[in-house]
Amino acid sequence: MGEQLEKIYDVELRPGAGEAYVCNLTKPEFAEAMKTNIPKEPLPDDQMVEVALKRLDELRKERKSIQLYLDICVRCGACMKQCHYFIGTGDPKNTPVGRAELLRKVYRAHFTISGKLFGKLVGAEKLTPEILKNEWYKYFYQCSECRRCSVFCPYGIDQAEITMAGREVLNSVGLATKYITQVISQVYKHGNNLGIPEPAFKYNCQFLEEEIKESTGVDVKIPVDKEKAEILYLPPSADLFTNTDTMIGVAKVFHAVGADWTMSTYASEAANFGLFFSYDDLKAINLRVVETAKKLGAKLVVFGECGHAWRAARQFMEAMNGPLPFKFMNILEYTAEQIRKGKLKIDKSRNDDVVVTLHDPCNYARAGDLVEETRFVIKSVCNNFVEMDESVTKVKTFCCGGGGGLLTEEIMELRMKGGLPRATAVKEVVEAHGVNYLAAPCAIDKAQLPLVMQHYEIPVQVGGIHDLVSKALILEGQEEFEAKKKAEEEAARAAAAAVPAVCGLCDAEFATMDECCEHAEKDHKISKEQCDMVCEAKEGAAAEAVPAVCGLCDAEFATMDECCEHAEKDHKISKEQCDMVCESKK
Amino acid sequence: MAWLANFVVNVLPYITFIVFVVGVIYRIAVWWSRPSPAPIPVFPGQRTVGSAISRVLADVIIFRSLWQFPGNRILWLGAWVFHVSFLLILLRHLRYFLGEEAVPGWVAAVQSLGIAAALVISVPLLYLLIRRIVHADLKFISTPADYFVLLLILSVVLSGLYAKYFSTPFVVDVKYVMRSLMALKPVDLSTVTLNTAFLVHFFLVQVLVMYIPFSKVMHLGGIFFSPTRTHHFGGEAHTKKLEEA
Ligand code: HEM
Ligand code: SF4
Ligand code: SF4
Repeated sequence: MGEQLEKIYDVELRPGAGEAYVCNLTKPEFAEAMKTNIPKEPLPDDQMVEVALKRLDELRKERKSIQLYLDICVRCGACMKQCHYFIGTGDPKNTPVGRAELLRKVYRAHFTISGKLFGKLVGAEKLTPEILKNEWYKYFYQCSECRRCSVFCPYGIDQAEITMAGREVLNSVGLATKYITQVISQVYKHGNNLGIPEPAFKYNCQFLEEEIKESTGVDVKIPVDKEKAEILYLPPSADLFTNTDTMIGVAKVFHAVGADWTMSTYASEAANFGLFFSYDDLKAINLRVVETAKKLGAKLVVFGECGHAWRAARQFMEAMNGPLPFKFMNILEYTAEQIRKGKLKIDKSRNDDVVVTLHDPCNYARAGDLVEETRFVIKSVCNNFVEMDESVTKVKTFCCGGGGGLLTEEIMELRMKGGLPRATAVKEVVEAHGVNYLAAPCAIDKAQLPLVMQHYEIPVQVGGIHDLVSKALILEGQEEFEAKKKAEEEAARAAAAAVPAVCGLCDAEFATMDECCEHAEKDHKISKEQCDMVCEAKEGAAAEAVPAVCGLCDAEFATMDECCEHAEKDHKISKEQCDMVCESKK
Repeated sequence: MAWLANFVVNVLPYITFIVFVVGVIYRIAVWWSRPSPAPIPVFPGQRTVGSAISRVLADVIIFRSLWQFPGNRILWLGAWVFHVSFLLILLRHLRYFLGEEAVPGWVAAVQSLGIAAALVISVPLLYLLIRRIVHADLKFISTPADYFVLLLILSVVLSGLYAKYFSTPFVVDVKYVMRSLMALKPVDLSTVTLNTAFLVHFFLVQVLVMYIPFSKVMHLGGIFFSPTRTHHFGGEAHTKKLEEA
C-alpha cells in the first residue's frame, strides 16, 4: 500500500457529519408508478411506527440474511474503515456497523427477549417517526450497497442487505427518494433509465451507425426491435447518449463476429434500480428482459458495461424470474471469448496513446465474479495496463462513491467525499506510471468518476473498456478505407498547402500553408497540429452564423449556438453531442 | 449460605443446561428456517459447494477475513488468541466430565496447554476491552452488553485462576460433583470440600452459559449460515462459455 493510500485510513471522527446529506423525497406520481405498493407521501407520524415494524418483521422472516445479520454482529469494528463514506465523512453512523445498528437497535427493542427485558443496556431502542425520518432516511441513503464491508467482516455481514431492508421499510411508510423512483418509473414508461422515447432511441442508433461508417467506412448495423434474434443486448441507456464510444465498441464486436443480435425498445436498459429500491421492482424490471428475450427467441442475453445491472442479473434474475429459457453473459465475458477464439482482428498499437488502469465496479468484482475477463480484454487491446494497489482492486475494490442509487445532484458533496479512496488510488498510479485512462466498465462510474477526478484534480480520462476495444478492433474493409482516406487527406493537404495562408496570431501572410506552419512553429512555439488550426483560423469563424436544424425534433434555428442551447435544454443532451445532432440533417 | 451453595450446585446447573440447549436450538432453528430468496455470495471463491465450505472453514479456523486488512491485524491476533485459549480451556475442563476414574488420554494431553491458555487469556481479553474504551469510533458503536460479556468472561477466568491457585479445591471433588450432575444425582454437599472460590467460579460460568443464546456470542453458530459466505451459484443460466449459449 502506498503512503497516500495508507493515509486515508486515518479517519478523523466527526459524529453527525452525515446528517447534512439528504436525498430529495419522491413525488406522488413516481411513488404511484412503483410495482411495490407504497404510500404516495410520507405517512402521518401516528401510523409510521406500526407500518414500519410490520414491514421489518416481514423482512426478517423473508430473508435469512436480514435475520442473521441483525443477530450476529459482535461490533468488533473491523468493517468501519472499509466504508468509503466513513473515510470521507468521519461519521461513525456512516460505517457499516454504525448504519446497521440504527436498524438493529429497533429490532432488539421490538423483536428480541433481551431487548425487551434490558432495553438500552443491550443497545435496544424503540422506533419513533424521528428515527425513521432523521436517521434511517439519511443514513440508508448514504450506503452505496457496494458490499466492501462484507469482505472484511469476520462473518461476512453484508451491510447492503441491511440497507436494502432499511429502504424497504422506509418505502412502506412513504419515505422513498425522488431519484430512484423517477428512474424506475421511466423504465416502466419508456423501457430505460434515462426515459429516452422509442423514436429518439432508434434515431440515436442510426446516428451511431453513421458515426461508425464515417470513421471506418464499414456498414455496421445497430439493430433495434428485430422480430427474431439470437442475441438480445442490453445497454446501459447512457451508452446511447453520453458513453457512445462504448456502444460503438460493442456494435463493432457484434459486427466483427457476425452475430445475429438486437436491442429492444421495451427493455432498452441493462440497469435495474429495483436493486436499490425493493425486491418487487427488481423482479418486475428483470421480467421485462426475460419477456423480451422469450419473444425474440433469443438464445443469449448479453448485458452491457454496467456494474449493478450485472448483479441484478447474475444474482437475482434466475432466482426470481427463472427458469430462464436462455443463457446470459456479460459483454466483457462475450468479448473475451471472441478474442480467445481469435475472431477479432486487433491492432493493440492503436491504443498506444493511453496508459490504462482499471476501476473494478463493485458489483462486477464482489457480486458478479467478473475480474479476470475485464483485465483480459484490456490487455488484449492495449499495450500499457497498470494495476492499482491490490488493496483497492478486485474483490477489495472501492466504490466510485455514486452507486446504490446515490448518483443524484443534491448529495454531490457526499459523493465527492465517498470518491476519496478511489481518487487516491488513481492518483498513485497517475504519479508513478503516467496513467491517463481510467477504465470503468459501468455506467454509474462513467457519470461519477469524471467528477471525482476533476474534484481531486487528477488528470485522467474516464471511459469504458469497449471504447478501447473499439479503437483497436479492425473491421473487414476498414484498412482499405483508412488507406484511401489518408491518401485523400494528403492530396487535400497538398492542395491546401499551395494556397496562400495567413497566420492567425500575427497576421503575417505566406505563400503556402507549410510556410505559415513553419513560421508558427518557430515564432509562436506552437505544435504542428495546432499551427494548422491557427493558420486556418480566420476562415473557420463563419460556421457559427449558419442556420441549423435540430435532428431530434426538426426545429429550425438561426445559429448553431441557439440550436445547441435548445438541444441541451429540451433533449437533455450534452454540449458535444448536441453539436452532432444539430448538424446531422445537412 | 448453605442453601445458596446447594442452589448453585444442585439446581442451577439444570436450569442453565435447559436454557442453553433450548435457547441455542431455538436460535439455530430460526436461522435454519429463514428462506434465502436469491444467492448472494460475495466473491471470490464460491463457484461450488466445496469452495464455499473451505471459505467458511478458513474464516472459522484462522479468521481469514479479519486478517485481510493490515489495520485489523492486531484485532485478528487478539481475537484469535482469545478464541484458541477459550477453546483450550474448554477442552481442559473436560477432565471433570469424562472418564470414570482416569480421563481419556487426549484430555490428559491437553491439560498443560489448557493451563497455559488460562494464564494467557486475560491478555487478549483486556485488549478487547481496552480497545473499546480508547478508540473513539469503537466506543461510539459499543453497547453496554459489549463490555458486559467481556467483563463476565474476565471474571470467569480470574475466579477460575483464583480457585485453582489460591484455594485448591480437590479435583476429585469437582469431578464427583460434575459426574453426579450428569447422572442426575443430587450432591450431598457435606461429603465434599467445595470452597467459596469454586462456587463463585461455577456460578459465573453458568451465567455466561445462560447468556449465550440471548447474545451476540451466538456468532459462533451464525457464521455457518452467513449467505455471503455459504451461498454459491447453483444457477444454470449464466455462462462464461459461448459454446453453451
Ligand atoms: C467461528 C468463528 C468465530 C469467529 C470468526 C469469531 C470472531 C470473533 C470476533 C472478531 C470477536 C470480537 C472481539 C471483540 O471485538 O470484542 C469475537 C468475540 C467473542 N467470541 Fe468469537 N468468533 C468465532 C467463534 C466463537 C466461538 C466458537 C466461541 C465460543 C464460545 C466464541 C466466543 C466469543 C466470545 C465469548 C467473544 C467475546 C465477547 C465479545 O466481545 O463479543 N466465538 N469473536
Ligand atoms: S466487522 Fe462484522 S461483526 Fe465486526 S462490527 Fe462490522 S459487521 Fe459487526
Ligand atoms: S455496503 Fe459499501 S457503502 Fe454500504 S456500508 Fe458497506 S462499505 Fe459502506
